[in-house]
Amino acid sequence: MDFNQLKNTSTEEWDNLNSENTIWIRVGYGASGQAAGAEEIFNLLKDLSSDNENIIISLVGSMGLSYAEPLIDIKSNDGIRVFYNNVTPDITKEIYNYLIQKNIPLSKYVFGQIASDGRNPIDGIPELDKIEPLKYTKQIATKNFGNISPTNINQYIANGGYEGLSTALTKLDPEKTLNQVKDSGLRGRGGAAFSTGIKWSFLAGNNSNIKYILCNCEEGDPGAFNDKGILENDPHMLLEGLILAGYATGASNGHIFIRDGHEIPIENSRKAIQQAYDLNLLGENILGTGFSYDVEVSLTGDSYVAGEETALMEAIEGKRSMPRFKPPFPAAYGLWGKPSNINNVKTLSYVPYIIKEGSDKYKSIGSESSSGTAIVCLSGHIKRPGMYEIEMGMTIKNLLNNIGGGSSTNNDIKLLQTGGPLGGVLGKEDFDVKIDFDEMSKVGAILGSGGIIVADSTTDVVDLIRTLVAFNQFESCGKCFPCRLGNTHMLDILNRICNSRPNENDMDVIKKIGNSMKTGSLCGHGQLGYSPIASAIKYFKDEFDLALSANHPIDSSDEEMILPTRTRP
Amino acid sequence: MRNNKKPTNKEIINAIENQPKISKKTVLSCLLAISNEFHFIPKNAVEIVAKYTGKTMNDVWGVASFYTNFRFTPPGDATLDICWGPSCHILGSQKILKDVHGLLGINQEGETKDGKITLRYSTCLGACSQGPVFAIDHKLYGKASVEKIKEKISDI
Ligand SMILES: Cc1cc2nc3c(=O)[nH]c(=O)nc-3n(C[C@H](O)[C@H](O)[C@H](O)COP(=O)(O)O)c2cc1C
Ligand code: FES
Repeated sequence: MDFNQLKNTSTEEWDNLNSENTIWIRVGYGASGQAAGAEEIFNLLKDLSSDNENIIISLVGSMGLSYAEPLIDIKSNDGIRVFYNNVTPDITKEIYNYLIQKNIPLSKYVFGQIASDGRNPIDGIPELDKIEPLKYTKQIATKNFGNISPTNINQYIANGGYEGLSTALTKLDPEKTLNQVKDSGLRGRGGAAFSTGIKWSFLAGNNSNIKYILCNCEEGDPGAFNDKGILENDPHMLLEGLILAGYATGASNGHIFIRDGHEIPIENSRKAIQQAYDLNLLGENILGTGFSYDVEVSLTGDSYVAGEETALMEAIEGKRSMPRFKPPFPAAYGLWGKPSNINNVKTLSYVPYIIKEGSDKYKSIGSESSSGTAIVCLSGHIKRPGMYEIEMGMTIKNLLNNIGGGSSTNNDIKLLQTGGPLGGVLGKEDFDVKIDFDEMSKVGAILGSGGIIVADSTTDVVDLIRTLVAFNQFESCGKCFPCRLGNTHMLDILNRICNSRPNENDMDVIKKIGNSMKTGSLCGHGQLGYSPIASAIKYFKDEFDLALSANHPIDSSDEEMILPTRTRP
Repeated sequence: MRNNKKPTNKEIINAIENQPKISKKTVLSCLLAISNEFHFIPKNAVEIVAKYTGKTMNDVWGVASFYTNFRFTPPGDATLDICWGPSCHILGSQKILKDVHGLLGINQEGETKDGKITLRYSTCLGACSQGPVFAIDHKLYGKASVEKIKEKISDI
């Protein structure tokens, strides 16, 4: 089938769905929606509408507005989408019955509306893109969130999907495709912020006939859920990026690497892959252009270090996810000994836009050295927790106030924990810093994967740091001893401090251990293990001093923090 | 009630062969398939996986003991995961864990006396924006409290 034909049939289907004859109710799902109870709402709506074939109920991704979930979106005959937030089963019934009887929105529960295609908005209901927090967002990789059904490839295509791929395959050669990515300034969103174009050129320069693109959706960082978020909402966006990466670098195979147990991202990825094969967007001779490429899902067990690029390859090979020595680097010797390239889900999900719209357009978004957007995840003591795509260059302060709506408690925000458990904390004196890889690293913070945990003034810093170290200790793969023993020793000391049994020189000892870990560890897990502590001391030395004075019990008397006792043998 | 009967060799081989399509079945992919089917890794599975993948039993034990989701005895009828990750920690997960210990009459991960519930501590369940988070057999619940947990496990 040629692409234009595909596009036409998809658009026709989409127009039908949005026509006057159909009422289309979308329920935001994903991990966050599920945790808020969206599944019950979906089942209820299915039951209520079972005898009405003009009403279609779909599970879609979660739009990122966690605080408003369960969130339902009703497009009635007039074509306008009306959203209802925090619905309960009773409220849902009420909204549904009102819709059936009167065919107008039940205004007391409305959240907002989208009146697209030049329609006049309904009076008295705020337009979604004009309300906080959405008026401050900029959607590129998340543009389809909440709009399309993640398991329907035609809906993706009807909304501009696979146009980037079609353009690349028919109008650009691999080199030009790669140059677009290079020129866009795209940098990796998995932690290290390395130039994606340059990384791809290492793989492109290798002539092996088997080469791998590995997409990293391990996403073990607590506080980050945007990689799984993309797969929950719009797996084809990632898949198109993964295919484009294969085309640009001359790779033969792609893998989507996910932790077992995350059912929605796994199922969505598998369905997306199958649908792409069915339409010859994957497989032999894609769209008749001579380019062939295969993609599959690879699962890992529970292991944080499996997200490290060489450990990831070990896991796909079915072994313990322990990092390899480097060199050789993955572009020379990777999965099954073949040249490989590893990218984060978000990184790849920007590529369809870059190819479709051009590198200049992408580069014009964001800041000078960090082009494009950041997809941030807010959690903790924040009024509007969720997942938001924002332009790079926004200040932390604006993010917290305009997007997050400020503290969710009566207390001020005191610090942020960013960059995952190997990242650090950012104290409020630095909230003027811009969200930008380089600006943040200037003050010693890491944007990393975009997880931002917000903590108010009641949060005990020493206790929070102990939790991060406990996480790192639990997740050390054990291959190299500085990481394995270092984290254990640091946790012992922090436990003692929190139990009012400090030694005078405890922080010096921790620093020494941290330095040994930095120089002696095989991968980032050990090398960065001291960073959270270092950053916490920078902002909150007084709290550590107080804890060291032994007058500051964090655990009551002899109670220990509750932690897993399973360790890796 | 979960069927915790010891799976036969044939059942284990079926689980291995029916795993979702991948280009190369590995020790890990086979173990995940078995674990998803039976909720634990039975002793007889180790030799079967070793034979099937052409690896040693040592290799298989090595992998099975490394990933913390694998277990070697049948779990309770339902598995209750409670998140202790930093985001949930800030929102009070330690207190919830402590109260759940009281509720279940245990003081660490593992099975309740009646064998009904397996308690696990999770490093992050991926729904941090609804924290504190818990899950029952992988189904997520947000805004956790000991009352909510009690309610959700009451029909197990
Ligand atoms: C201990 C450890 C865990 C990691 N976990 C992840 C992860 O879950 N997801 C991810 O994309 N990158 C993770 N990384 C970074 C990867 O090694 C790699 O740099 C990244 O996937 C590259 O993708 P990018 O260039 O698109 O950023 C981890 C690194 C370390 C040291
Ligand atoms: S930290 Fe608890 S769900 Fe992520």
